[in-house]
Amino acid sequence: MPATALIRETEIERYASAIEPQQAVATLTGVTKRYGDTLALDELNLALRAGEVVALLGPNGAGKSTAVRLLLGLIAPTAGTARVFGGDPQTPSTRLRVGAMLQVARIPETLRVREHLDLFRSYYPNPLSMAEVVRIAQLDGIEDKMFSKLSGGQKQRVLFGLAMCGDPDLVFLDEPTVGMDIEARRGLWQQIRTLANRGKTVLLTTHYLEEADALAHRIVVLSKGKIVSEGTPAEIKSASAGRKIRCRTRLSAELLRALPGVTSVEQSSDDVVVMTPRAEDVVREMLLRDETLSNLEISSPALEDAFLALTTSH
Amino acid sequence: MSTPTITYHAPQSFSFARTAKIFIKETKYEFLKLLRNRSFSLAVIGFPIMFYLLFGVSNRGVHSSGIHMARYLLAGYACFGLIGAALFGIGVGLAGERAAGWLEVKRASPMPPPAYLFAKCMGAIVFGLIILTALTVLAVTIGGVSVTGFELVKMFGLSVVGSISFASMGFLLALLVPANAAPGIVNLIYLPMSFMSGLWMPIQYLPHSLQRIAPALPTYHLAQLMLGVFGYANQSSAASHWFGLAGFTMVMLGTSWLIFNRAQQNA
Repeated sequence: MPATALIRETEIERYASAIEPQQAVATLTGVTKRYGDTLALDELNLALRAGEVVALLGPNGAGKSTAVRLLLGLIAPTAGTARVFGGDPQTPSTRLRVGAMLQVARIPETLRVREHLDLFRSYYPNPLSMAEVVRIAQLDGIEDKMFSKLSGGQKQRVLFGLAMCGDPDLVFLDEPTVGMDIEARRGLWQQIRTLANRGKTVLLTTHYLEEADALAHRIVVLSKGKIVSEGTPAEIKSASAGRKIRCRTRLSAELLRALPGVTSVEQSSDDVVVMTPRAEDVVREMLLRDETLSNLEISSPALEDAFLALTTSH
Repeated sequence: MSTPTITYHAPQSFSFARTAKIFIKETKYEFLKLLRNRSFSLAVIGFPIMFYLLFGVSNRGVHSSGIHMARYLLAGYACFGLIGAALFGIGVGLAGERAAGWLEVKRASPMPPPAYLFAKCMGAIVFGLIILTALTVLAVTIGGVSVTGFELVKMFGLSVVGSISFASMGFLLALLVPANAAPGIVNLIYLPMSFMSGLWMPIQYLPHSLQRIAPALPTYHLAQLMLGVFGYANQSSAASHWFGLAGFTMVMLGTSWLIFNRAQQNA
C-alpha cells in the first residue's frame, strides 16, 4: 500500500534528522537480518547517543539479541548498516572502546577471578587497574576464588568486570542482573548510572521491567523484529492504557464502559478495574453516580502493563 | 548537573610488545585452565602412562622380529598421548566454549583471534611434550630402553609437529560436532584410529584387511615418523609420511576455514 510506504519513508527521515550523525555513538540504519527463512530484524533503525542508558525490551524472539550482536560485530546484517563510533563494529580499534556483558552458560571454571580479569585487561592498551575493576564489579574479597566456586550473582559480577576492563565508552549489557541478590543488583545499577554520568553509553536488555524503569533514559520496545514503541519510561507508560482505577462499586460494567475516556473495564469478584488516561474525570463521574463506592485506588500503570499491551497486540 | 564528557582515546598504533604479551598470557591461562581441569589433565597424561606400564614395561624383555617392544611402545604411546591431548583439549574444549557462548564474549573483545588459536595449539603441544617426557622417563628407568639425546630431540620435534597437525583436526571437530556429543565422538574416532595405526601394537600383528586401511589414517603417518626415529618404520619412505601428514593438516585447516566462514555468513 502506498500509504504505508510513505509513512515509513517519513519515519526514517524524521529519525535520521532527529539523531545528528555526530552525536550518535552507535547506529543501526535500515537493518534487516534474515536467518534462512526467519526474519529476525525488519528494517530496524536504532541510534544510541552519548551519555544515555537505553533499555531494549521485547518478548523472546523479538530480535534484541540479534540487534546487540550486530552492534558488537559478531554478525553482519543481511541489509542495512551497523556503525559504532562511526566505523565498522568488527574492527579491532572499535572493539577497544566497547565492552560487552553477554549471557554465557559457562566460562572457564578452572581459572580464578583475578586471572580472568588479568587476561581481559591485557587486551587493552589503557585498561583500568585491577583494583579499579574489582571495585567497580563489586568483586572485593573473591578475586582469588576459582570461577567454579562462585555463586550465580558473583559470576555475573565477573562478567561485568570483564566488560569494564578496558574503560569502554559503549557498553552492552545482556540481562546483567540475572541471579543477583538485591544488594548486588543495586550496586550494578549504581555503576550503570555512573557510566552514563561520565558520558558513556549503555545498551541494556532485560526482562526485569523494574530495571528498565529505574535505569533507562529511553526504552525501545521490539516485537517481531520491529520497534513497536520508543520513548522515556514515563512516555511509554502513559501512551499505553493510561491509569488504573480500582474500587468496589454497584455500577455495572456496561455503564462504566460507556463513560467518556474509559479504555477498558475488568470485573473481578468484588472489585472492578477501570483503565483510563483521564482518571480524575472518570472517578468524579463514578462518585457522582454511586455513593456507595468504596475501596478506591488510583495507580499509574506498571511498565509491565504497558509492555504487555504493546507486545501482545502485535 | 555536570556536563557529560566523553574521552576519546587517541588511536592506538599496533604495538608488537603488547600483542606478544597477549599471546603469552592467553597461552599461559589456556595451559593453566587445562592443567587444573583434572578430568582432562589426569586422563590425557595418565592413560598413556598406564598403558605403557601395563604393556610396555611388562614387555621390556621382549624383542620380536628385531623390534624391542618397550621401545616400540614408547613411540606408539607418545603418539597416542599427544593426539589425545590435541583432540580432547581442543576438540572438546573449544566445542564447549563455543556452545556456552564464551567464544562470543572473546570475539566481542579486542582479543586478536590468532592469540586464541595459538594458545589452544600451544596447550596441545605442551601436553604432548609432557606425555612424551613422562613416557621416556619410564622407558629409560624401568623399561630397559635406551634413547640417545639425538633421538630424544627428534621425538620432541615430531611431537610438536604432530600436535599441530591434530590440533587442526581438533578445530574441525569443534566446529562440526555439538558440544555434548563431542567427548563421545572424539573417542569413537580416536580409539579405533589409534589402534589401526599401530600405536598399540605393530601393524604386522593386525589382520591384513585392517593393515591396508592404515596408510589412509593420519595417525599411521605420524606413528611411522615417530617409529622411524628408532628405525622401526615400515619400508615406505619418510617423505610419503610427511606428505600424508601435511596433506591431512591442510585438509583439516581448509575445511575448518570454509565452515567457519560459512557460519559467519549465516550467523
